[in-house]
This record gives sequence, structure tokens and C-alpha cells, in this order.
Amino acid sequence: MSDTTLSTAPVPARKGRGPWARAARRLWQNRSAMVALAIFLLIVAACLAAPLYARWAGVDPFQSTLDAVLKIDGVDVPVMEQSTEGLGLGYTPLGPTWNLKHYFLGADNQGRDVLARMLYGGLNSLWISAAATVLTLILGTAMGLAAGFFGGLTDTVLSRILDVLWAFPIYLLAISLSIVTLSEGLKIGPFVIESGSLWLPVIIIGIVYIPYVARPIRGQVLALRQSEFVLAAINLGVPGGRILWRDILPNVATTLIVFVPLMMALNMLTESALSFLSIGVQPPDASWGTIIQDGQALLYTRPWVALAPGLAIAVSVMALNVFGDGLRDALDPRSKIRLGRD
Amino acid sequence: MIYAILRRLGQMLFVMFGISVLVFLIFFATPGADPAARIAGRNASPEVLEAVRHSFGFDRPLPVQYALMMKKIFITGDLTSFVNRGWKVVPAVLDAIPVTLSLVTGAAILWVVLSILIGLVAAAWRDTWIDRGLMALGLLGISMPVYWLGEVMNLLSQSRYHDTWLFSWVPPLGYKALSDDPKGWFLTLVIPWVTLAILYIGIYGRVLRAALIEAMQEDYIRTARAKGLSESRILLRHALRTSLIAFVTLFGLDFGALVGGSALLTEVVFGLQGIGKLTYDALQSLDLPMIMATVMYASMFVVIANAIVDMVYILLDPRVKTA
Repeated sequence: MSDTTLSTAPVPARKGRGPWARAARRLWQNRSAMVALAIFLLIVAACLAAPLYARWAGVDPFQSTLDAVLKIDGVDVPVMEQSTEGLGLGYTPLGPTWNLKHYFLGADNQGRDVLARMLYGGLNSLWISAAATVLTLILGTAMGLAAGFFGGLTDTVLSRILDVLWAFPIYLLAISLSIVTLSEGLKIGPFVIESGSLWLPVIIIGIVYIPYVARPIRGQVLALRQSEFVLAAINLGVPGGRILWRDILPNVATTLIVFVPLMMALNMLTESALSFLSIGVQPPDASWGTIIQDGQALLYTRPWVALAPGLAIAVSVMALNVFGDGLRDALDPRSKIRLGRD
Repeated sequence: MIYAILRRLGQMLFVMFGISVLVFLIFFATPGADPAARIAGRNASPEVLEAVRHSFGFDRPLPVQYALMMKKIFITGDLTSFVNRGWKVVPAVLDAIPVTLSLVTGAAILWVVLSILIGLVAAAWRDTWIDRGLMALGLLGISMPVYWLGEVMNLLSQSRYHDTWLFSWVPPLGYKALSDDPKGWFLTLVIPWVTLAILYIGIYGRVLRAALIEAMQEDYIRTARAKGLSESRILLRHALRTSLIAFVTLFGLDFGALVGGSALLTEVVFGLQGIGKLTYDALQSLDLPMIMATVMYASMFVVIANAIVDMVYILLDPRVKTA
């Protein structure tokens, strides 16, 4: 109602719905996108319930329990079974019991409940990919806006930086950043990030994907910069910051929204790969990637330790991709915004 | 055209320089710990630390340090590991290159052939269940972590179904040099090739299908139809040709990215001693000189590969004169 002070004549009530409402409706009618969203939210909810599940099942997923003995149907079952093969020296963790009350997916090498670890790990995977998405969007948008709007030297410098980041293979850049911050953490002025902090993978993943956002945003801003309403605002003497905030940002908003689920899917895969390489989430914390790595040694004897978190990643990423496609179609049916190189 | 190629070359040199500076800054100037301590590895003695400081010039200004590092990696190649005392890093990287190239090349051939096939089939039967099924499968391929898929493949081919007719031919994990044992080379690489290709078949199948469907709406397709050409001929001889342009550019980008990304993870899972496995082992032992060398060589390779594809593209496509 703030515009009543500006206009003297009564504005006729707008017939029909606004663009956002129409987009929401299109999205709602896209059945596969909605199913994907539901699946993803279900996974999020399950992971959020991790502490509840651990308490209900009475397991501590961060404590190794090599000598625990379970009572299943009145029979005592040790969590670590003495190996019957070879010299009988090794121990094999308990396999899946398919009983939600205890060790549904079995135990890992340290006798910890894999399902409980997976839920906690999922929480970390989801949180890291979401936080890294926000970070990438903020930094990428800022760089794209500055490069596209101010042009000149700012654009040249920023664009060259983006060129270099773009050409640098993602995993190699992430590996370099991880390995130097892994043991000592990161200290920038007053900000100290401890090694082993979940913020490290967030920052690293957030940085490596900046060009994926900044380059398309810069292109859009370059075009908007030449549009009549922006030229008019500039000639009226509206300050640059205000034009960026009021005129340009709302026009790139749809692009940014479309990026969110697709970016998150990408981040999830990157996080799990880094954790699998042991340079992402650090023990005793878990993520789906670290659990797959734990399961690698048990692959032939207890395959579910590695299979289950991989399935969780594949289902989550696929759900995000399907939902992201639906979101793109709903917000801008003609657009060809594609994330990454596909 | 010459101008466009020269420009691309100049851009390549700039990006190479930029990446080398970035790697240098990451390894030597990241705030936090003493770079000498990082390079010398865990529990290094004060003498070793002093030697590292001297040989990398940490008491001198940053540009000198940069020059010293580049010299060690690219010119004299005498960068040594401190975790594995005295192990020369650069020859180890050069030895690993054929393994990575074998993996990546085979996978690339497989993914290009199969994704063209899938794209064509999906476009020809568009909006039928065949199309939808193939696209869903493609999406699944993109969504799976490649190292996990590799583990599943190992589980099936090395353990669970190894004794059946399906996988009895699969040799144990590891790499056999092409020059020593061509048959062994091929057999050990088949499963890694398939694993790596599945990821990309998905992406490329989808891209090609979209390009084909767009091309089918062009005027020249209508002209071809009006001339009475058969549908399959139109699809294969007319639509596919233009659609492949987008495909080729994408291929250049991914072939390079593959070397520094998914191939790394695939090598780890299948125990192939390539650049990726080398990097992985160095990550486990915090062997920084080795990581510096693999990152530097692999990213330079990627940049050069991208530039070559772009230049070939300039030569092939007459429309790109001054892009």
C-alpha cells in the first residue's frame, strides 16, 4: 500500500494473477517435480530426526562399540563377529538385521550403527550443500553484478579471475584448498576456522562453483544495463547501488532461484566426493561420502555400509535435479538456463 | 581465423599463468600454518624444516618463491616428497599419465558413441515411453556419485557375480600396460570405462536430444521433408550434423574436466595407478609436493586440451570467425 502516496489516480485492480503466482501454479501442476520435492523433503525430515532415532534405538553413532552384544529374538549376537575365514583373526561387523530397532543396516568397522550414522551424516551432507549453495549464490551474484554493471576495469579484472577459476578443474581446486586447510584450519584476520570444522567444506565448495553463477549473471546484467528502464534510472541520477538493488537484482532473481536446487545437487555430489577422498567432513563427524569410504574396506563382506549412503545421494540428487528442471520450466519456460556444463 | 586462433592461444597462456599463480598462493600463502611445515609433512624435524625453507625460498619475497616453485615443477623437475623421503615427484607423475589417458580415452569413445545413439533414439521417438525412459535413465546416471557406481560395479563383477558367465572374464583390479599385455589392458579397463561413461552418457544423451529436437524445427528440415526425403535420412544426415556442434564444444570442456575430476575418483575405486590414484595416496599421507605436482600437471593438461578443442572448432566451423 506504499504506492498510494505516489499515485493520485486510483490504480485499477489488476485482473489475473501476478507472474509469481502463475509460476507457482505451473510448478504445482508439474507432477514429477512435486513428487521429487516430496521425496527430497522426506529425506530431509528423516535426517532431521537423526537424534530422535538414535535415542529410540539406543545407539551412539559416534562411539565405537566393538564389544557390544545385541539381543535379537532372545539370542545374543555380538556386533563384531569373529571371522570364520582364513586364520579367524579378523572381525566382521554385524550385517543388516533389517529391523529398525537395532542395526537396521548393520554395523561398520567400529561397531557403530550404520543407519544412525547415515541419518547424522545426511544432516551434514544436506547442511553443507545448502550452506555452500547460499555462499556461491551470494559471492557469484556479487561478482556478476559488479562485473556486468560497472564494466570497465572492474569487469576486466573480475572476468579474468572468473576465467581462471572456470578453467581450473573443480576437483583439483577443491583438493588444493582442502589439503592446505585440513590440518591447521584457516585464519583470516579475526576469523578462525578450526580444522575439522564443517565450515571448511562449505567455504571450499562455495568458492569453486562461483563462476557457474557469476558468468551467467554477468551476461544478464550486461543486457539489462542497456535496457531502457535502467538507462532512464541512470540518466535520472539514481545512485548505482540503488539501481542494482531495485532494478537489476529483481530481474536476475528468477535465474538465482532456478540455480538453487541444481546447485545444491551439484554441491551434494562434490561434498560426498571430497569426503570420500577424506578431505571433506572429518571424523568423528560423518557424511554420506565418509560412510561410503568406511564401507569400501567392507565392500565384499558387508556391502550395505557403502551401498546405502550412495543410494541416499543418488536419490537426493536426482530429486533435486528433477525438481530443479520443474522449477526452471515454471519460472521461465523459454529460458535455457543450464547449470554447469550440461 | 588466424587472429581468432592467436587470441585463443593468448587466452590459454593467460589462464595457465593464472592457475599457476592461484596454486602457488593456495599452497604457500594461505593464512594459517607455516607453509614449510605443510610441505615437510607431519612430525618433520627442525633440520628438515630448515632445508625446506631454504630450498623453497620462504625467506625471500613471494615472486621469487613463485619462480622457484615453477622451476622445481616444470623445468628441473626436482621436487621431492618429504613423506616418502627423496622420492622424485615429477617422474612419478609423468609415469602415471598413460594410465589416466587410457582410462579417459576409452571412456570418452564409449560415451560419445552411446550418447549419440541414445540422443537419436530419444529424439526419433520423442514423447513416447522410450524417450521418457531413456531420459530418466540419463538423469539417474548424472545423479550417481561415480566412485560409488564404481564400487557397485566392483561388488558385482569382482565378488557377487564373478563366478557367473557374465563377469567371469573380469581380471582382478589393477592396471596392465598396453605395451606389455594388450589383452589384459583392455580387460582390466572395460569396467572402469563403462563406469565413467555412464555418468556422461546421461548428460550428452540429454543435450543431443534437446539439440536434435530444436534442429528438427528449422526451415531446412521442412525443405528436406518437402523434397520427400525419408525421416531417418533427415534425422541422420541433416539434423544430426548441426546438433553435433554443441556436442563437440561440450566434449572439449568435459574431456578436460574428466582428467581432473571423475577420472580421479574412478582410478581410486579401481586401483588404477594413474594421476588420480597418485593424488589420492598423497592426500592420505598429506604429501604436499606430490599434490602440488599432480594438480599443476593435470590442470595444465586440461587447459591445453580445452584450447585445442576450441581451435579445432574454429578451423571446422566457418561461422566462428571472430568469436
